[in-house]
Amino acid sequence: MLGWGVDRLRADMSRLLAILFHQGVLDEQFLQLQQLQDESSPNFVSEVVNIYFHESEKLLRNLRGLLLDREFSDYKKMGIHLNQFMGSSSSIGANRVRNVCVAFRAASEQNNRAGCLRALELLEHEYCYLKNKLHELFQMEQQRVLAAGARYPLQQQQH
Amino acid sequence: MTTHINGSWELGAKMTALVVDDDSINQTIHHRLLEQLGIENQVARNGKEAIDIHCSGKKFDLILMDRDMPIMNGIEATRKLRAMGIRSMIAGVSTRCVKQEIQEFMEAGLDDYQEKPLTSAKIISILRKIHHSGSISY
Repeated sequence: MLGWGVDRLRADMSRLLAILFHQGVLDEQFLQLQQLQDESSPNFVSEVVNIYFHESEKLLRNLRGLLLDREFSDYKKMGIHLNQFMGSSSSIGANRVRNVCVAFRAASEQNNRAGCLRALELLEHEYCYLKNKLHELFQMEQQRVLAAGARYPLQQQQH
Repeated sequence: MTTHINGSWELGAKMTALVVDDDSINQTIHHRLLEQLGIENQVARNGKEAIDIHCSGKKFDLILMDRDMPIMNGIEATRKLRAMGIRSMIAGVSTRCVKQEIQEFMEAGLDDYQEKPLTSAKIISILRKIHHSGSISY
């Protein structure tokens, strides 16, 4: 891995990003995050995304907990969690996750439990895919920085 | 990143802003957006904290006010700030896009409203309004 040239890593990162944009996994808001990263804040994107992962996993646990409760009827609470998830997903450019939240919220507004369960499965799937791809991207970035011999602090991966 | 509004940032002292948002991702992004534009800023986690900060004597050129927050939401916080005589530019930010909901927020006393997610371009459009109106809350 460390034998890869900086140029090749950069090309691989660009290719991965292009795929994610083409698939609609990410949108232009992710580019806005990248623009906020510079020498004064060199790990900004990964810091924000790690906060997003932490918050999202909490929300997914809450949503699953609500839906699997036999006595569940609090669609309003579900709506609050979904609004938060939609908002944070929009903020980092997680377009597909956000879109699934919109559909999930629609099912929740109709008190459609079966629809909500299907939406939750899809949401978990989309979230996992996004997380894996962003981890891949950050790993390539770390390798690129090491290969370039730049003095960036190593990012601590939080799972 | 350097940004100019009509050629200069000449508003006297360095611009200041208050980010009022309960979401930690938005707090981080909005803080950084403002910082990169050279605007000194701090964060309040809800409307009540925003009120308390103003009661302590602090004033800001710009307040970015989220709508939906626990303890005190953006609508109530905006009304209270205006009732306290705060004339800062207050820009509401929210994911809500229903006209009636935006109208309700505007009527609380906003100068502007921007749909999330915020970008540099949206903040610059808000700052241009401060520049043109000359409304600075010192």
